[in-house]
Amino acid sequence: MPEFLQFAFSGLTVGAVYALVALGFTLIYNASDVINFAQGEFVMLGGMATVFLGLAGVPLPLAACLAIVATVAVGLALHRFAIEPARGAGAVVLIIITIGASIFLRGAAQVVFDKRFHSLPPWIGGDAIRVGGATILPQSLVVLGGVVVIVVLLWAFIERTLIGKAMVATAANELAARLVGIDTRRIVGLSFAISAAIGAVAGILITPITLTSYDVGTLLALKGFAAAMLGGIGSAVGAVVGGLLLGLLEAFAAGYVSSQYKDAVAFLVILIVLLAIPRGLFGRASVERV
Amino acid sequence: MAAIVVLLPLFFSSAYYYRVAALVFVFALASIGLNLLMGFAGQVSLGHAGFMGIGAYAVAIGPTHLGVASWLSFVIGAVLSALVAFVVGRPILRLKGYYLAVATLGFGLLLAIVFTNEARFTGGPDGMAVPRLVLFGSSVWGAQSWYWIIAASFLVGAVLALNLIESPTGRALRAIHDSEVAARVLGVDVAKAKLAVFVVSAIYASVAGSYLALLNGHITPDVSGFLRSIELVAMVVLGGMGSIAGSLVGAALLVVLPQTLTFLHDYEHIALGLIVMAVMVFLRAGIVPTLARALDLRRA
Repeated sequence: MPEFLQFAFSGLTVGAVYALVALGFTLIYNASDVINFAQGEFVMLGGMATVFLGLAGVPLPLAACLAIVATVAVGLALHRFAIEPARGAGAVVLIIITIGASIFLRGAAQVVFDKRFHSLPPWIGGDAIRVGGATILPQSLVVLGGVVVIVVLLWAFIERTLIGKAMVATAANELAARLVGIDTRRIVGLSFAISAAIGAVAGILITPITLTSYDVGTLLALKGFAAAMLGGIGSAVGAVVGGLLLGLLEAFAAGYVSSQYKDAVAFLVILIVLLAIPRGLFGRASVERV
Repeated sequence: MAAIVVLLPLFFSSAYYYRVAALVFVFALASIGLNLLMGFAGQVSLGHAGFMGIGAYAVAIGPTHLGVASWLSFVIGAVLSALVAFVVGRPILRLKGYYLAVATLGFGLLLAIVFTNEARFTGGPDGMAVPRLVLFGSSVWGAQSWYWIIAASFLVGAVLALNLIESPTGRALRAIHDSEVAARVLGVDVAKAKLAVFVVSAIYASVAGSYLALLNGHITPDVSGFLRSIELVAMVVLGGMGSIAGSLVGAALLVVLPQTLTFLHDYEHIALGLIVMAVMVFLRAGIVPTLARALDLRRA
């Protein structure tokens, strides 16, 4: 039992980050039908910028805020200079653009920062907490708490504000949204900004546990994408559930099967789920118009 | 295209050029296969490097561990890829759009993980040496010989692909691309046509993977990694989906560019990313189709 709990704790911690990346995918996908493969680079930027601002002598809380602002600026620039000019292009073309952006951001990070691994001190120090024979790091609780806060804030923003409703409208039908006077271009830009912010926060939360370097983004984008698909693309609930599930799957596979094959087990389960439910766990059934 | 293959070596001043050109044709071959799937049938695969891996490890493991001749391993690799594509393709081609993308992605990743972990056979993450190909009693070596072999195979592959496109199957595929439902209404067996093109594209990738392994003389699990798969997709899209010549241009761009950008050292990736983005923003249909249209307009 302690073993089971231990795997569950580590799975939830990693899964929380996958959930945030998947949430970023979902927001941008809903607003623009684009799968943004540079999403993982947002996570990297958040962590790396905080580390380097900290090294430059900026107090860490301020460094974290500045890092989020910087990442949001990058997200807006990505939308303004790469996605917006290609409006109307096919989905695959837009994906390749975001992959180009991801290569660019990784290259830029390698020049602006460096190629080494970096860490941040945990937000709350102290020893690991013992629960039922297993241990959990205080920072893991911070990560999980952070995810809850982000999800609640996002939900409140989308359900309770006019701009949030405009985002829902744009996701449902872009043309109809434009007809009722919503500036859909700004909504798409906003979705890039929010996704970038969520990514940056994820990076700052997880760096004390998993370290960060200029090239952590690729793997995170891959896992986040898989999580979003597992949950059903376009569903925010699906993104969070998919992320946590993927994290748990990996942790249990690593613990009970083999750590070398943990990714294999995770992807095998995703394949099986998709074959059983081709729209993902929470995906909307869509009717194809002819 | 045949003229390019024959005339190109006139400009080559060293073996290095032959090697890079051979690499271009290897990736062009894989891209043509993927282009049949993406550009004509409209199905995205993010796992095609997996088939390259099967082809590559076939020519490495066959002679080293099983005592099978290289050329036979080469053929076995292609057959194996076709079989795997047939078995895997049947269930996953029912998925659509991004769901198919993530399923193929998972498939490629699974293969890469197997290649990395079954170190007894594959040498693990460090990879393994690939024995030289022996043809008619003499071993093939040197960039120059490989250039001619691979370039010839590329031409054969391109011609076969062009024939396929003009065949009834090719028309059926394009119908599926435009609308699956409409194609089905017209009597196209959609599932069968998709599976067929998936198998064909897997064979192209496998052959390209075998050549890559033989050309380099060494192989690592990276050959079937996620980044390789993405690179293949990028080649197809940059060159132009649905354009066979485009696959050559896309492959040339993504093989030659990193080689020429090395003078930028640390700025290499920045430049590469910018170029990829710029090409897609300004030539969104891909390089070859956009230029072809521009030429047509001028003539008209």
